[in-house]
Amino acid sequence: MSAVPSPSSQPLLDVRGVYKRFGGVEALKGVSLELHPGEVVALAGDNGAGKSTLTKMISGVYPADDGEIRLDGQAVRFSTPEAARVAGIETIYQDLALADNLSIGANIFLGREPMRRAFGVLPVLDRRAMAQAAKETMSRLDFHVDRLEAPVGRFSGGQRQAVAIGRAMYWNARVILMDEPTAALGVPEQRKVLTLIRNLKAQGRGVIFISHNLQDIFAVSDRIVVLRRGSLAGERLIAQTTHDEVVKLMIGG
Amino acid sequence: MSAPSTSLLRANRHSKAPHPWLVRLAALRAWLFLALLLVTFEVWARASYGVSFVLSSYNAQSIAVFAVAPLLLALGETFVIIAGGIDLSVGFVMGLSAVLAAHATNAADSSLPPLPAMLVGIAAGLAVALVPGAINGWLISKLKVPPFIGTLGMFGVARGTAFLLAKGTTVPVTNDWFAALGNGRLLGIPVVVLVTAVFVLFMHYLLGQSRFGQHTYAVGASEQAALRAGIGVGRLTRRLYLLSALCAGLGGVLYTARFTAGAAQAGEPLLLDSIAAVVIGGASLFGGSGTILGTVAGSLVIAVIQYGLVFIDVEPFWQFVAVGVVIIISVLVDQTQRKLGGER
Ligand SMILES: Nc1ncnc2c1ncn2[C@@H]1O[C@H](COP(=O)(O)OP(=O)(O)O)[C@@H](O)[C@H]1O
Ligand SMILES: [Mg+2]
Repeated sequence: MSAVPSPSSQPLLDVRGVYKRFGGVEALKGVSLELHPGEVVALAGDNGAGKSTLTKMISGVYPADDGEIRLDGQAVRFSTPEAARVAGIETIYQDLALADNLSIGANIFLGREPMRRAFGVLPVLDRRAMAQAAKETMSRLDFHVDRLEAPVGRFSGGQRQAVAIGRAMYWNARVILMDEPTAALGVPEQRKVLTLIRNLKAQGRGVIFISHNLQDIFAVSDRIVVLRRGSLAGERLIAQTTHDEVVKLMIGG
Repeated sequence: MSAPSTSLLRANRHSKAPHPWLVRLAALRAWLFLALLLVTFEVWARASYGVSFVLSSYNAQSIAVFAVAPLLLALGETFVIIAGGIDLSVGFVMGLSAVLAAHATNAADSSLPPLPAMLVGIAAGLAVALVPGAINGWLISKLKVPPFIGTLGMFGVARGTAFLLAKGTTVPVTNDWFAALGNGRLLGIPVVVLVTAVFVLFMHYLLGQSRFGQHTYAVGASEQAALRAGIGVGRLTRRLYLLSALCAGLGGVLYTARFTAGAAQAGEPLLLDSIAAVVIGGASLFGGSGTILGTVAGSLVIAVIQYGLVFIDVEPFWQFVAVGVVIIISVLVDQTQRKLGGER
């Protein structure tokens, strides 16, 4: 397997030899992965290769049985997804985890709503601050919203994805994990999500994204990490590989 | 503003978003319905009896007093229903509170002056409601019992306990302050109506302006979303059922005040009315939507139907039919609106 030259900066995220077993299944058999600021790493592999398990360990859903995860060079051990989020690792879930009946701003601030004092005494939700933050955040993603009070349930899949990403951005997520973000979307919406990923990259954040779609992977990634049955099958710079090579890595042989 | 092509959130909003007026109309539908009812009864009253239905302050006060108890239950139920739950125990929690408030007032009357004795009675009535409320919340959040089943069980427990405490009869109260709370007026307005109005304002604030209210909406839309946002869903659920029980407790206390007697069956007919008020007020039984002002309108709709039918001399049993029909229409309107609103 050819080693890939890493960018010279210190990795934002450094996963070293993580191992995970579920009962009799070895889901991950010692996998390593680096992610640098402003880098998009695609995670590919057949079903059951261990992609979701790897992202879940990074995001604090499961602890690793062995190996370590470093964030900014510091070893970290998250016991909950909340802890990972506080450290700046955010997962964009496939089902998006938005409250459909609330506005973009209310979703961005869900669980940590800003308050103000009405008449100087009565604590009330600061809806204006939420709407303002929503507007600014979404325009950083190049999406201009004119109906800030509309519930997100009225938006399309890609738009909702943007809201979820906007929330991660607002809270300064530096590592963004996306598990098949385009799987449930139509083609035009998929393109928009790819634009979102490029946007996050341009802001210097690190993105790990899982996809089955080589077209998407080649369109936005800097590097691709291929897993096969819980092990690293190979790692390539996108500029130096081809669809054929990646497919071979995925299926083995 | 950038070009439309990069503007995701504008791109295909035309396909899903309903006309803004439709959204506003839906929020107001209970109030519109109330106006329609009032006009109907007004026309009927004038045509048949040559009197006004609406412009009678006696009628207005009777309707308001009539609406108080179901509205109090409905206020708590609004929160629970928005969160995607249901509380079937409220009617008998109200009865339990009514009986205990009466007993406690009587016990305190023997050793305390009337005003503190009444306060003891009120405190006891409210406090006892918290017990079934806490058990409901615990069953639902910790033991994962479906709300329908858990609160149905508590319906039975509260009912039995209330009848046992009342020894199968009503518990009269002779405290003058209590009687004044239930039947007195302030500036010409019945005190129970004033108390309820203040409570409505508080609940409106709580639902619309507090984190608690915001999280209630979020849980009703998606429990997963709420959990992932770090909201303590279990704690929120326990608080919601406590709040609902507290509303029922207040209903029970005011019942005892109004009739100067506590009765186990005080809230028996009110469970259906209170849920109906919430649904007519625009809340969805699927959770995620509803407002306090809508619930107020829904309660008034029911009170006007019930009082109005008596006023125009229709046999009282038609009330049940009329309220039932209104519930069904409200649910149908809600479903249609959901379709038009493009919600998934
Ligand atoms: N929570 C779990 N319990 C038991 N086995 C699991 C669990 N999660 C994943 N696995 C197993 O671990 C392996 C890797 O799964 P996963 O990470 O979901 O793969 P991928 O996302 O690449 O399709 C599979 O064999 C899967 O069945
Ligand atoms: Mg997977």
